[in-house]
Amino acid sequence: MSNKTLIVIGNGMVGHHFLEQFVASPAAAGFDIIVFGEEKQLAYDRVHLSEYFSGSTHADLAMATADWYSDNRIDLHLNELVTAVDRENRTVTTHKGTYRYDELVLATGSYPFVPPIEGRENPNCFVYRTLDDLDAIRACSDGASTGVVVGGGLLGLEAANALKSLGLDAHVVEFAPRLMPVQLDGDGGALLRRKIEELGVQVHSEKATTAIVDGEESRLRMNFGDDTHLETDLIVFSAGIRPQDTLARSCELETGERGGIIVNNQCTTSDPHIHAIGECALWNQQIFGLVAPGYTMARTLSAILNGDSDAAFTGADMSTKLKLLGVDVGSIGDAHARTPGARNIRFSDENAGHYRRMVISADGKKLLGAILVGDNSHYDTLLQYALNGIDLPDNPESLILPESQGGAPALGPDALPDTAQICSCHNVSKGDICGAIDAGCCDLGAVKGETRASTGCGGCTALLKTVVDSELEKRGVEVSRDLCEHFAYSRQDLFNIVKVNGIRTFRTLIQQHGRGHGCDICKPAVASILATCWNEHILTTDHVPLQDTNDTFMANMQKNGTYSIVPRVPGGEITPDKLIVLGEVAREYNLYTKITGGQRVDLFGATLSELPEIWEKLIAAGFETGHAYGKSLRTVKSCVGNSWCRYGVQDSVGMAIFLEHRYKGLRSPHKLKMAVSGCTRECAEAQSKDIGVIATENGWNLYVCGNGGMRPRHADLFATDLSDEGLISTIDRVLMFYVRTADRLQRTSVWMENMEGGLAYLKKVVLEDSLGIGEELEQHMADIVSTYQCEWKTAVEDPEKRKRFREFVNAPEKKDPVQQWTTERDQRRPLLESV
Amino acid sequence: MKTANQWNIVCTVDDLVPESGIAVWTPDGPVAIFYIPYRLPALFAISHTDPFSGTNVLARGITGDLKGEPVVASPLYKQHFSLVTGQCLENEDVKVKTYRVLLDGNAVRLEIRTASFEAVAA
Ligand SMILES: Cc1cc2nc3c(=O)[nH]c(=O)nc-3n(C[C@H](O)[C@H](O)[C@H](O)COP(=O)(O)OP(=O)(O)OC[C@H]3O[C@@H](n4cnc5c(N)ncnc54)[C@H](O)[C@@H]3O)c2cc1C
Repeated sequence: MSNKTLIVIGNGMVGHHFLEQFVASPAAAGFDIIVFGEEKQLAYDRVHLSEYFSGSTHADLAMATADWYSDNRIDLHLNELVTAVDRENRTVTTHKGTYRYDELVLATGSYPFVPPIEGRENPNCFVYRTLDDLDAIRACSDGASTGVVVGGGLLGLEAANALKSLGLDAHVVEFAPRLMPVQLDGDGGALLRRKIEELGVQVHSEKATTAIVDGEESRLRMNFGDDTHLETDLIVFSAGIRPQDTLARSCELETGERGGIIVNNQCTTSDPHIHAIGECALWNQQIFGLVAPGYTMARTLSAILNGDSDAAFTGADMSTKLKLLGVDVGSIGDAHARTPGARNIRFSDENAGHYRRMVISADGKKLLGAILVGDNSHYDTLLQYALNGIDLPDNPESLILPESQGGAPALGPDALPDTAQICSCHNVSKGDICGAIDAGCCDLGAVKGETRASTGCGGCTALLKTVVDSELEKRGVEVSRDLCEHFAYSRQDLFNIVKVNGIRTFRTLIQQHGRGHGCDICKPAVASILATCWNEHILTTDHVPLQDTNDTFMANMQKNGTYSIVPRVPGGEITPDKLIVLGEVAREYNLYTKITGGQRVDLFGATLSELPEIWEKLIAAGFETGHAYGKSLRTVKSCVGNSWCRYGVQDSVGMAIFLEHRYKGLRSPHKLKMAVSGCTRECAEAQSKDIGVIATENGWNLYVCGNGGMRPRHADLFATDLSDEGLISTIDRVLMFYVRTADRLQRTSVWMENMEGGLAYLKKVVLEDSLGIGEELEQHMADIVSTYQCEWKTAVEDPEKRKRFREFVNAPEKKDPVQQWTTERDQRRPLLESV
Repeated sequence: MKTANQWNIVCTVDDLVPESGIAVWTPDGPVAIFYIPYRLPALFAISHTDPFSGTNVLARGITGDLKGEPVVASPLYKQHFSLVTGQCLENEDVKVKTYRVLLDGNAVRLEIRTASFEAVAA
């Protein structure tokens, strides 16, 4: 039997989410899938569209790759608009051809509404919905000085922020008397307006634009109904969205009076073979202009197509929590108190710029809605009360009062029922989280990976962490951050103790702040902290017994007890002479030789006693230790850069060598890898490194906390177009903050994932210096850089230290009998198989 | 039965590293000697051979104490061995050989049961 065909029109957020759900379901095997997208880019994260102006690329925002589509056998047609649907013959037509379907999914989203104002076709007028829109706005902003957004709703304010970030003098023109009329009340809107104006965005309310004409000082002039006018160079319309139902209308599906494709609880339209999901769908007279309800529809439809007759979309919560131009705004449920008998409790502090309103039921027992401006810290608790119908306390006002005035602490995770939804993007309930923990997830990262909670918009990060911690604790999993039985402190605590008290040895630390004598967990961790703080040679008498064997012998132990040696090759640049020395040394000691992923040469099979001899030769040839054995910087990989490459825009090798010399020797909680690419082709794979640098026409873009290896993580874009100096001081701060605050053996990727506040918080600390420690971090790094020594050079020159490299102290000539060898592909390798 | 044990001098105090191990070669194979200055007596000796990998590396592990028991952690796969009994803390079926060791002036003496005597005894 041949497969049926499923066609999806629209490759936006919801259409893509539907595909993700559907291809993972049993029914997928029975369908060939074809997808049409009008936009030329593959589905991307529209919610974070504005990040395109702060340096994110389409690849950063993309929800999948073209490979994902081909791997799942989805026939993806981008840049192909569907122009007609023939329901009788079950075909769709594009400008390229006609395709048959058995089931059709409309996920066409919505389009921005542009009021019919004379002059709106002017080429300096735009909307704010797609990457193409943003490209056009960016191009037009060149040479412009003023920009106006028409519409003071949620998207309009976001667009205003974008104009500001393009360096324009930004204005918002709103028809209504206040901002965000859908989500906020008069007082909330007024406070938001004040805050936004303080940030330099001018708000003009109660203005009806009547015409757009040529300007006198600027490119355009907007004329208003009250005979005033405003000059501007570009205009962005953000006056609301309309469901994209053109196709549905022309093939006579039932649609709503004010637009939208009518669907039932199964997300099916008036034609049983046609379904609609996302912003184009009208359910129970409602359009949902948020991504979470769209995702819920997508999941429902996938279940329906799998024959699950119980699956139903039954509406969705429209509460929103946002930061608009840096101002917290929250709106929950029945924010306007439309429920009969609803009562209000308001708290306002004009001085601090906080406004909070609770809407409660007539009997005072339930929370129906809320409005927050200026501070969203109460949002999670209020949302849980509203969504789960939790009974309010006797003094409900305590929920929004500041603690100094009798405010209640946030709702504990125990008070939440199992059905409480924690993550609305991926529909994860508290029960799902408990399930994941019972199934073996024992930390936040594992729960995230298993349930996908908090991997959508990220709004629930803090709530998720408290729930996970409290559930782990209940199950007796100690969420204790004690390092080991010898120290009742986390690594971060110990760092501070060492630093503040000027402690220089392990013994002092354990005598004053620990118990017992230490172990293989705390000793290396403390050795690393001591190295970061005081940077003494790791083989001084006090520090020797603390080191892992790799650090003790400054080489990497292999399975047969021999060691491998990796000299530093900064940036992967090496002269032929040095390369020859490596070859000669390897030949002399019969070392197995392999090129590493970090652009260096690894020499395997040296015995303990050979190590200092080999290093004497390497040092004489100008090599330095490569720290391949340490929890420290490994390499800075680079592409060849603009000295040779036709595409390079900066000297990536030069920068890589500089960075490698700067940070070599820095001891950290775990190993560190870096890379520098000379252009956006990214040949050095910087986005999979702890610190990744990519050259731009204007400088450097910095990515942080990426990882390859077992759990790959794409690095986060941290700052754009940095100068050389800016780049280095930013990396100094990020690294030093990591070294000071990470847990033992925590890579930067996991550190980032577990950081409360995540990327935004790290940016604040590093770029805005919110903790006021920026200079201190840089100074600390400068101290480490200035006290660098090649550990191997110091060691081979010191007879006392060299004594450690005797295999058998009483028999220098004795060869270890278990080290047996065989030959493979012309090189030596251990004969020993695992015992 | 003959037990003609020998107390061989294997190294001197200067060869020892505080809170760490060194390896010596003996007629009984490689032996790891640990010098833990805060204990009395301060010297411990166990086989240098890691039973999990078959390699001679135990002297190169990190020493410490777990619940009061002096231990060394294998540098390869990190199992802990008691310096007193040779017992592996992670696997009760695995134990490494222990030796008596003492300080005689500046000399470190290790008690070696020579192979021939062992055979006779067995
Ligand atoms: C700037 C901005 C910020 C936002 N912020 C948030 C937020 O903070 N939180 C939140 O929940 N939501 C936010 N949203 C809304 C969110 O992006 C939408 O809810 C979501 O994108 C809807 O997904 P969709 O798939 O229904 O529509 P879309 O993502 O718009 O996708 C529809 C796709 O279908 C294509 N298409 C339409 N007609 C055809 C045709 N005939 N043939 C082929 N292709 C067609 C369109 O080109 C489009 O690519 C924001 C939106 C914007 C623009």
